[in-house]
Amino acid sequence: MRSALRLATAAALLSCAAPALAHRAWLVPSTTIVSGTDDWVSIDAAISNDLFFADHNPMRPDMVKIWAPDGSPAPIQNAATLHYRSVFDVRIDKPGTWKIGTTQSAVIGSFKLDGVEWRVGGRGFGGAARPPAPGAARPAGEGAPPRPSVATVADIPANATDIKLTEVIGQNNVFITAGAPSTTVFQPTNKALEMVPVTHPDELVSNEPATFRFLIDGKPAAGLNVTLVPGGKRYRDSEGAFDVTTGADGVAKVTWPFAGLFWLNATTTDAHPSAPRATERRMSYTATLEVVAP
Amino acid sequence: MRKTPLLIAGALATPASAGTISVTIPQVPVAEYHRPYVAAWIEPVGGGAAQTVFVWYDIKKKGAEPGTKWLSDLRTFWRKGGRSLTLPADGLSGATRAPGTYQIPLPTNLKPGAYTLYVEAARETGGRELVSVPLGVPVKPARAAGKTELGTVTIR
Repeated sequence: MRSALRLATAAALLSCAAPALAHRAWLVPSTTIVSGTDDWVSIDAAISNDLFFADHNPMRPDMVKIWAPDGSPAPIQNAATLHYRSVFDVRIDKPGTWKIGTTQSAVIGSFKLDGVEWRVGGRGFGGAARPPAPGAARPAGEGAPPRPSVATVADIPANATDIKLTEVIGQNNVFITAGAPSTTVFQPTNKALEMVPVTHPDELVSNEPATFRFLIDGKPAAGLNVTLVPGGKRYRDSEGAFDVTTGADGVAKVTWPFAGLFWLNATTTDAHPSAPRATERRMSYTATLEVVAP
Repeated sequence: MRKTPLLIAGALATPASAGTISVTIPQVPVAEYHRPYVAAWIEPVGGGAAQTVFVWYDIKKKGAEPGTKWLSDLRTFWRKGGRSLTLPADGLSGATRAPGTYQIPLPTNLKPGAYTLYVEAARETGGRELVSVPLGVPVKPARAAGKTELGTVTIR
C-alpha cells in the first residue's frame, strides 16, 4: 500500500512537474469561504491540461490529506473516483483555515543494464487512478516504445551503470476558511519548496495585488518563476497564463487580471536532494486560489 | 444625588457622530424573490478597523442549513469584519427586510474624522451590490444609490 501510494504520487507529480507533459494536477473546492462551523465543502480533484476541465485523469483520493486549522489531520469523506475526476467531501467543523491537498516525495530516474536503459519509478507505475497491477512492468505507452523499469531505487540491480536519479518533491493545495482566517497550516517545514502567504489565500480580491513568499529549505527562494493560470480557458481565446518572479526576499506579487479561480505553480530544480543516490532535486508548489470580485 | 450621573451621561450622549442612515431596498420584479441579506459597516478613510452597523439575515432559520450559512455571500462585509462577529450580535443583527426604506441610527462612538459607510446586499438567486457613501464626523448629509440590489443610501 505504501509503495503503491508513493508510486502514484510520483506519477501525479510528474504530471505537473515536467513542463513537457503539461498535464496539471488540480483541486477545486465548491467554495473557499464558509460561514459557520457546521458545513461541508465538496472538492473535485483531477489531472488535465486545461483548467479546470476534468477531461483526462482523476486524482487518486487516497493521495489527499486534510489538515484542520490546528494542523491536526481530518478524514476525507464520501470519496469517489470517477472516470475523469475524483470527488470527496471535507467536513468543516472548526473555525480557521483548512489545508487540503497532496504532498509528494519520490525518486525517479534511469539506469543502464547490459546497455539497455531502464527507468526507476515514474509514469508507468500507477499513473493517476488507473494503475497497473502491482509489480507489473511498464505497459506499452501510446506511441512510446516500451521501456523496462523498476519501481523503486531499492530495486536497482547491483550491476547497473549510468544511474541518474532525481528526487521529486511537491505539494498541491487548496485552502478553505471558516470564519476568520488563521495561519497554522502555513507553518513551513523548512524542507524543499514551500509557500508562506503574506496575503492570505482566502482573502484574495481582484482589485488588490496579493503577495506570497516562497522558501526553499526555509530560506527565501529568490528569482523563482511562479506561473498563474486562470480557469475557464474555454470561454476565452487565450489561455491567459502569466508569470511573476520572486525578489531576493522570495516574495512574488500577483496582480489579478480578473476574479476567478487561478492555478498557481512554481517548479524549480537544484542539486541538493535529500534522498540518497539522487543527484538532482525537482521541487514544485501548486495551489488553486479563489479570487473574488471586489 | 442619584440624578447627577444620569445628567452627565445625558450630556455625553450627544456625540459628534449622532446621525441617521437611510437604506432603501428596492422592489425587484422577478419570479422567485427572496429578501436580501444586507449589511452596513464603517471604515476610516485612512484605513483601520471596520465597524459593523447592522447585518440583516435569516436569523430564525436553524437546522442543517442555518441562516448564517449564506452570510459569506455578503463577501466584502464578510472579509471586512462579518467573519469575526459572533451572531446573532446584540444591537447589530436583525431579520431580513422587505422592500422599503429603513432608518438606522449611526453608531455614536465615532471620533471626528473622515469615514466611508458601506452597504452591501446579496439576494438568493439574485445579485449582489456594494454601495459606498462618504461619511464625515461631525455628520454632514451625503447620499449614494445602488443600481440593482440597493436603492438610495443617505446619511443625515
